[in-house]
Amino acid sequence: MHTDPRFLVEVGVLLLLLGAAGAVAWRIGLSAVPLFLLAGLAVGNGSLFPAPAAADFLSFASGIGVVLLMLTLGLEFSSAEFAQSVRRHAPSGLVDLALNATPGVVAGLLLDLPPAGVLAMAGITWVSSSGIVARTLVDLGRLGYRETPAVLSVLVLEDIAMAAYLPILVVLLSGGGLGGGLIGMAIAVGTVSVVLVLAGPIGPRLDRVLSHASAEQVMLRTLGLTLVVAGLAERAGVSAAVGAFLVGLAISGSTADKARHVLEPLRDLFGAAFFLSFGYHTDPRDMPAVMPAALLLAVVTAATKVVTGWYAARREGAGPRGRRRAGLALVARGEFNLVIAGLAVGAGIEGIGQLATAYVMVMAVGGPILARLSGQRRDTPRGPGTPTARSSATPG
Amino acid sequence: MNVSETLLPGVGIRYEFATDSGERVGLVARRDGRVDVVVYDPDDLDVATPVMTLSPAEANTVAELLGAPRIAERFADLTREIPGLVAAQLEVPQGSRYAGRAMGETRARTLTGASIVAVVRGDQVIASPTPSQPLESGDILVAVGTAEGIAGVREILARRPD
Repeated sequence: MHTDPRFLVEVGVLLLLLGAAGAVAWRIGLSAVPLFLLAGLAVGNGSLFPAPAAADFLSFASGIGVVLLMLTLGLEFSSAEFAQSVRRHAPSGLVDLALNATPGVVAGLLLDLPPAGVLAMAGITWVSSSGIVARTLVDLGRLGYRETPAVLSVLVLEDIAMAAYLPILVVLLSGGGLGGGLIGMAIAVGTVSVVLVLAGPIGPRLDRVLSHASAEQVMLRTLGLTLVVAGLAERAGVSAAVGAFLVGLAISGSTADKARHVLEPLRDLFGAAFFLSFGYHTDPRDMPAVMPAALLLAVVTAATKVVTGWYAARREGAGPRGRRRAGLALVARGEFNLVIAGLAVGAGIEGIGQLATAYVMVMAVGGPILARLSGQRRDTPRGPGTPTARSSATPG
Repeated sequence: MNVSETLLPGVGIRYEFATDSGERVGLVARRDGRVDVVVYDPDDLDVATPVMTLSPAEANTVAELLGAPRIAERFADLTREIPGLVAAQLEVPQGSRYAGRAMGETRARTLTGASIVAVVRGDQVIASPTPSQPLESGDILVAVGTAEGIAGVREILARRPD
C-alpha cells in the first residue's frame, strides 16, 4: 500500500492548524467554528497557502462530518424533552420561525435567488446553534437561571422543525418544483411522525441492538447503522443529513448517553473537517464583497433573536433581565446553518456559500460575546423613593 | 416541602424549592452526574448566584451525608424519651458473613434484644424490614436497643464467613 507523503503532511498540518485554532477559541471562551472556517479559507483555492493534496480527504471527511453533526444533534434531546418543549413553548417556536426566517427570505429575494435558494436563506437565518448556545450557558454558569428552560426549549423546537424543513429543502433544491416540494413535505412529515411514533415501540429494541458494555461496540454499531441509513436517505433523495438526524432522534435513554459519549471525538474530528472544507471551497477573494450584506443580515437577525428570546423567557416567567439574557444567548448561529448552506451550494446555487460563510463567522463570534455582555450589566438600583415589594413583605 | 421540577433539554433537570428561612434554591442535576447549586435573589428571581458545582462523587457524598443520618436522628428523638434506649447506624462491612444473606439469619434480635428498624441502601430506605430482607455489604442498618445490644449487633455483622 502506498500513501502519498504529500497527502499525509498536508492533512497533518491541517489538523495541527485546527488544533491551534481550537486552542485559541477555547482560551478566549468562544466557539471554534469561525476559526475553523478561517483556517479553511487560509488553505483553500486562491488563498495564501494552498493545500491541494488534502482536497480528497476534506471532501470525504466533510461528508461524514455532516452525518455525525446531525446524528449527535438528534441524540442531544430525549422524547420527554421534546414533549415538554412543545407543550410549554410551541408559541415561542412559531415566533422564532416567523421573526428569524423572514430576514433570510427577504435577503434571498433581494439577491434574486431561485425559490429553493430563498428557502435555504430562511433556514440559515432561522436556527440558532444549539452547540454554541448550550456551551455558552454552561460556561457562564447559567444552567440554574430562570430563563434557561425557555432558551433550551427554543433550541429543541428548532431541531424538531429541522426534521421537516430539511427534506422539503432538499427536494426543492434537486429541482422538484412545487409538486415535488409538496411530495417532499409529505415524505418529511410522514417520516418525522413515523419516527416520533415508532420511537416508543422501536426505541427500546433499537437500544438493545446498539447497546453493549464495550465503547468500541457502541461506536461501531451506531456509526455503522447511521451511515447505512444516511446513505439510503441520500439515495432516496431526502439527503444523508436528514437520515442521520432521524437515527439520532430514534435512539434514546442510556444508549443515547453512551453513543453521545463515544461519538464525540469522532464528531469533533469530522465536524472540524466539514467546517474546514466549507472555508476551503470558498474563495477568500469573494469575502470582502459579501461582508457588508452579511453584517447587515447579522444585525437584523441578532435583533430578531433577541425579541424571540424575550418572548420565550416571558412565557417562562422571567423578568426583564432574564428576558434580555435569553434573547442575547440565542443570537449565535453555527453548524446547522452551514449544513443548510452546504446543501444549497451542493445543488449549484450561486452566491449563497460566501454569504453564509461570512454570516456564520460573524454570528458564531458575535453570539457568545453578546451573551457574555448581557450577564455583566446590572439593573440600576431602585431610587429611595420607589416603593418595593420587599418593604411591605418583610416586617422590621 | 414543595419542589418544582423542570426539564432542561440536553442538559438535565432543574429542581427548585423555597426554604422556610426564605431562600429560593435551585439544583441543576446534569446528565453527566454533576450538580450545580444556585441561590436566587428573593427580590428578583432573575438574579441567581451560582454557589457551587459538585462532581458526581461529591454529589453522592452530600446526598449520603444528608440522607442516612437524618433517619437515625429521628430515632434519636424517640430514644431520648425512653431511658436506656439507644439508636445507632451500623454498616454491614465488606466481607461480612451476612452480606448476600437474609437479615433473619443474623438472629440479631434473638441474640441481643436490639431491633433493626430500617435498612438504608444508597438513596433507598427499607423501613421495618422483614427477616427475609437480603443484606448487602455497605448497607446501613438502623438499630434500636440497649447500648450492649447495639454493640452485640455490630459484632455479629462484623463476623467473617466460616
